[in-house]
Amino acid sequence: MSQAAEATTSSVRSGSRDLRLSKLTKEFATFTAVKSLDLVVPQGQFFALLGPSGCGKTTTLRMVAGLDTPTSGTIHLGDTEVTYEKPYKRPVNTVFQSYALFPHLSIADNVAFGLKRRGVKDVKQQVADMLDLVELTSQAHKKPNQLSGGQQQRVALARALINKPEVLLLDEPLGALDLKLRRGMQLELKRIQTEVGLTFVHVTHDQEEAMTMADTVAVMNQGVIEQMGAPSELYENPRTTFVANFLGQSNLIAGQIEGRDGDRVTVRVQGSLASVRGERAHSDSGEGWLGIRPEKVLIAETGQPIDAPGDVITGGYITDVSFVGVSTQYRVMMPWGQELMVFEQNTGARPMLPVGTKVDVSWRPEFAFLLDASQDAKAGIEED
Amino acid sequence: MNSLVRARRWVGQHLILGLGLLVLAYTFVPIAIVVLMSFNDSSESRNVYKFQEFTLDHWLHPGSWASGMSESVWLSIQIALLATLVATILGTLAAFALVRHRFAGRSAANLIIFLPMASPEIVMGSSLLALFVSSGFGGQLGFWTILIAHIMFCLSFVIVTVKARLSGLDDNLEQAAMDLYATEAQTFWRVTLPLVLPGIVGAALLSFSLSFDDFIITNLNAGQSVTFPMFVWGANQRGVPMEVNVIGTAMFLISIAIVLAAEVARRRQSKALAA
Repeated sequence: MSQAAEATTSSVRSGSRDLRLSKLTKEFATFTAVKSLDLVVPQGQFFALLGPSGCGKTTTLRMVAGLDTPTSGTIHLGDTEVTYEKPYKRPVNTVFQSYALFPHLSIADNVAFGLKRRGVKDVKQQVADMLDLVELTSQAHKKPNQLSGGQQQRVALARALINKPEVLLLDEPLGALDLKLRRGMQLELKRIQTEVGLTFVHVTHDQEEAMTMADTVAVMNQGVIEQMGAPSELYENPRTTFVANFLGQSNLIAGQIEGRDGDRVTVRVQGSLASVRGERAHSDSGEGWLGIRPEKVLIAETGQPIDAPGDVITGGYITDVSFVGVSTQYRVMMPWGQELMVFEQNTGARPMLPVGTKVDVSWRPEFAFLLDASQDAKAGIEED
Repeated sequence: MNSLVRARRWVGQHLILGLGLLVLAYTFVPIAIVVLMSFNDSSESRNVYKFQEFTLDHWLHPGSWASGMSESVWLSIQIALLATLVATILGTLAAFALVRHRFAGRSAANLIIFLPMASPEIVMGSSLLALFVSSGFGGQLGFWTILIAHIMFCLSFVIVTVKARLSGLDDNLEQAAMDLYATEAQTFWRVTLPLVLPGIVGAALLSFSLSFDDFIITNLNAGQSVTFPMFVWGANQRGVPMEVNVIGTAMFLISIAIVLAAEVARRRQSKALAA
């Protein structure tokens, strides 16, 4: 490992080696996969491109790797333009979704492949160090098909990492693993990234995975980036209905925006007034969607006190209850005919409310956000 | 009653084994006859279908073989080797083109590839003869026309075999190689070819045996040349000389040896991996 670390420090060149995509576009015969994408990934970051399948995230990744040629736009690594560079001439390596391990080579030879192609001497020691890092030393002489999925995944990672690329691209690398292994590998990947300090660009459709691992998440939809930022920022203050629904779940309630008053925007929602903080209001007038995350909604039987300073909305009743261990998820039919989702921690303070119970709901106004009503309220909801 | 039940159970337990042995016998008895007859001394009698006396002469003295037989074997081997070489190279290239490239007429080409395999040999043979004669090579039938004919029908089998292997190959492997600093040429030699090689070797072995064995197409296009199958056919008019069985047995042993060698190599490799 020491060698990898050494090389990374010595490769801190003058000037930054950020990955910059400008106006990057990829058109296929029948559709545009990526539309004029502008993106800067700072050196050393763990960056996640998150989006549903077909949103253009993998195409973007493949263009950075050189496996697809952009229709227009440029890709820079620091000051070097690599837009049309051959894949084998870029200081970029990829961990493929299917791992793409060479079935005819041993694990050690798979890992050594990149170094050997570049004519590096003393490959053996580096391969040994790298296999040590991913804890596969004992498997060095096996063939890929003799390894489990999780082990193959680590070989794919080692095979890319050993080259000390400036940017490591990960294309849904954990997609084929079962849930438990995936959680373990997420932490492992994050640890390795911190250890080697390389820029990681991680493509995924799993929002939890993106939020757990990445410093910055860019949510992609239909070839464009909808919103980009730290995971907590994206989650707490989504700017579009797509982000609100794709990253976690949201209740979106139709309302009329009354106007901005200093740092507050007031919305009339189903007869009562709600106020939204200025930086969370992404529309100033006309119709709007008032958004609130299900776990921010507080619930109590009608007449019981609710610990919230905002308005209490009454007249709802429970239509569905699901117990998921750490929390209970309620669906509440509101007087205006919309079902709201309410997640409540199972603290044990109160027994579960049965279906049909008349309830009041409320939330702290600072958790609400306001979106432009011209957007589809169902955008980004994943069909199961 | 009890013994009936027991008998029934015994049959139930041994039925599959028994059937399996019958199938094996069905396959191997003719080969056993060929091997046996290669040691038959038939010089005393014209009745070649009866084992008379054991001899090693046919094996030890190729010089005493029936006249024309050694020449026919040598011709067949030459043609089979050349046809295999050319068909394997051309067929492999064609398979790559058909799998890897999208071009006009690709699906038609994919279909036409099957024609030589699907049409009766007698039709292929006579239409080839018509082709050779009408293009003015009627007087030169022989080695080259046989070779051209063999390459033609071997090609289909090579293309189909290599194509099957190639379409089973994950595209990502070559992209991964390029991503790992392998140039196009290095990617081909280090990743693509080693992975497709089993298919190519299989195709070559198939070509060799198809070519060595072919009678119908060859007979129509051979002119004055005589390949081994043609020799056997001709000799059979008078009674097959026992030496023919030597070639038959040798071919059988060589095929077995190739299969065994491949199996031993595979086992040794997996043993080395497990260690």
